[in-house]
Amino acid sequence: MSDKIILKERMQDFLEALRKTREVLLPVKEKEFYRLKPFTGAEKLDPQFQNTRLSPKGLVLSESERMFEYRLGKEQGAQIVHEAPADYPPRVVVGIRPCDAKAFALVNRNFDNPEFKDPWWVNRLASLTLVGLGCDEPCSTCFCTSVGCGPFHEEGLDVLLFDVGHDLLARAITEKGERLLMEAGVRQEADDDLKKKAAQLKEKAEKKIRSQVPTDRLKDKKLNDLFNAPFWEDVAFACINCGTCTFLCPTCWCFDIQDEVKKNQGDRIRNWDSCMLPLFTLHASGHNPRTQKAQRVRQRFMHKLKYYVDKYGDGVACVGCGRCVNYCPVNIDIREVAKRMNAL
Amino acid sequence: MGRAERIREVAKQILEEKKVDLVIGFKKGTHPLMAEPVSIKDPKEAELLCWDSFCTLNLANYLPKRKEKIGIVAKGCDSRNIAVHIVENQIKREQLYIIGVPCEGMVDKRRILALLHGRECMEVVENDGSLIVKGEGFEQTLTRESILRDNCRRCMHRNPVIQDDLVAWPVMERAEGDPFDDVKEIEELGPEARWKFFTDLIRDCTRCYACRNACPLCYCPTCFVDESEPQWVGKSIDPTDTMTFHLLRAFHCAGRCTDCGSCQQACPMDINVRMFTRKLNKDALELYASEAGLSIEKRPPLDTYRPDDEGKFIK
Repeated sequence: MSDKIILKERMQDFLEALRKTREVLLPVKEKEFYRLKPFTGAEKLDPQFQNTRLSPKGLVLSESERMFEYRLGKEQGAQIVHEAPADYPPRVVVGIRPCDAKAFALVNRNFDNPEFKDPWWVNRLASLTLVGLGCDEPCSTCFCTSVGCGPFHEEGLDVLLFDVGHDLLARAITEKGERLLMEAGVRQEADDDLKKKAAQLKEKAEKKIRSQVPTDRLKDKKLNDLFNAPFWEDVAFACINCGTCTFLCPTCWCFDIQDEVKKNQGDRIRNWDSCMLPLFTLHASGHNPRTQKAQRVRQRFMHKLKYYVDKYGDGVACVGCGRCVNYCPVNIDIREVAKRMNAL
Repeated sequence: MGRAERIREVAKQILEEKKVDLVIGFKKGTHPLMAEPVSIKDPKEAELLCWDSFCTLNLANYLPKRKEKIGIVAKGCDSRNIAVHIVENQIKREQLYIIGVPCEGMVDKRRILALLHGRECMEVVENDGSLIVKGEGFEQTLTRESILRDNCRRCMHRNPVIQDDLVAWPVMERAEGDPFDDVKEIEELGPEARWKFFTDLIRDCTRCYACRNACPLCYCPTCFVDESEPQWVGKSIDPTDTMTFHLLRAFHCAGRCTDCGSCQQACPMDINVRMFTRKLNKDALELYASEAGLSIEKRPPLDTYRPDDEGKFIK
């Protein structure tokens, strides 16, 4: 780990230098919200940027991933499923928020573990470098510090930027990050004064987080007590069972695999799926174990706040980004649900 | 007495008198720009009910196939969708106690956010005709008129069309202005430009189906996009499939839509889905002189057929 300096007035040069060897993605405002867009030379890292509307998970877990292809018919080679050709060009995101970076580390458990290695996930993540931007002004809906994350959390990041005035302090967190800074010609070491400033920024930002969400008692709760808790009908009443929460969420990783055939050409595609939708658990037999919306709402919260907690023993499956709180059309608030579960 | 107080009073009374088993209304949201739909069963909890500029979702959405006796808070559009539900046999009139609210329009939280230029809203105080939006180190007064939802600006039926109680004096209906001026602009484009308009409109769609699920008309037990035998539509974000979803959904709503704006409000990607349905609302009005949900007797125009229909375009 080393702390370097990027002069703010040299930020565009830094981005240009990165662009020579890889695609550079930046949060850019389009319509009324931010999204990650390729840097073409003109875009700047916007100081007003809070976070992107959609989480960046789609960079690694594609919304629709063509996994396999095949041909129907009787000729030679038909009826055999091949891996669809894919390339994994190097990419870097500059300005990702620490919560979203931590989400990649969290979801990685599901796709890259001793038991399974998902090649699409593994390859896309390996080709991606994450340069984070610490949050000086967290929103009122952010609750990252309650869920093992924070406005300057480093997990999942390769480099973390601190806005220390005239300069940016660039902290290389991984070897990948060290190499990236080296390649971009960022060599000047930060002095102790700047390092101190960076530490103060972090401390100040953490104190600004207003939402405190208790999750400490979840692991000791009996699973069945939570599952059968009396409040699920009440929590679920307003839910309209859309996929907004799951599709915006940086840690929702569920998918559905579909075959699509056009004439003789077939594709096997992996799409984002959502436990809010009734089709999610529909069995081939026609049976559906979760026909009621309260069951589906419960599943989402139980997965994030109990099943994951029990399975991995490393906290909840949420990074506290607040997207679901801000964009749920009916104001179902995970902070309130966590409180109720924790207090049961 | 304000609308909110009167709503609470009526709700408490009908629950105590056991005229209804539950009351569906709104409670204050955990977010300053949101209200949450809520079901109240205990008369004491009627205190939770609120009425403010953020009661945007259409509560008729919570009615289909319910068996209880229900009190429901209804602004103009909600009442029209309740009427549509009654006509389409989703709920019975006698099951309902409709607490009508003459509506002055709901505000669009996106308009507020745009006016704040990145500053965060922490609190909203409502005054007559304006909202005071407060945040860290700032306070800004916005007139309701400037931040109304687009559908509320164009609304011709702010007063409930059916109700058992009215919590305030009726409000003035919009007297002038063409509610379809923007639709006409698109109609005037050539076919390619029109196709491009709609293709661009849904470019960001993630197929989360918030528009469909927020819509009171979309109560099919299984939506055509969720059918797997046969599968009518591909499930990826292929533009053709996404367009198929939006076009078919819109046509399924033709002559039934009240332009309540729930679809647009619910979309997490800020897509104005109403551009599809409003063209069909205009057609229903021009071709059949029909506006959805104004009566609990009249069938929607596209499920009636008469051999002696005088409309020439049908033959």
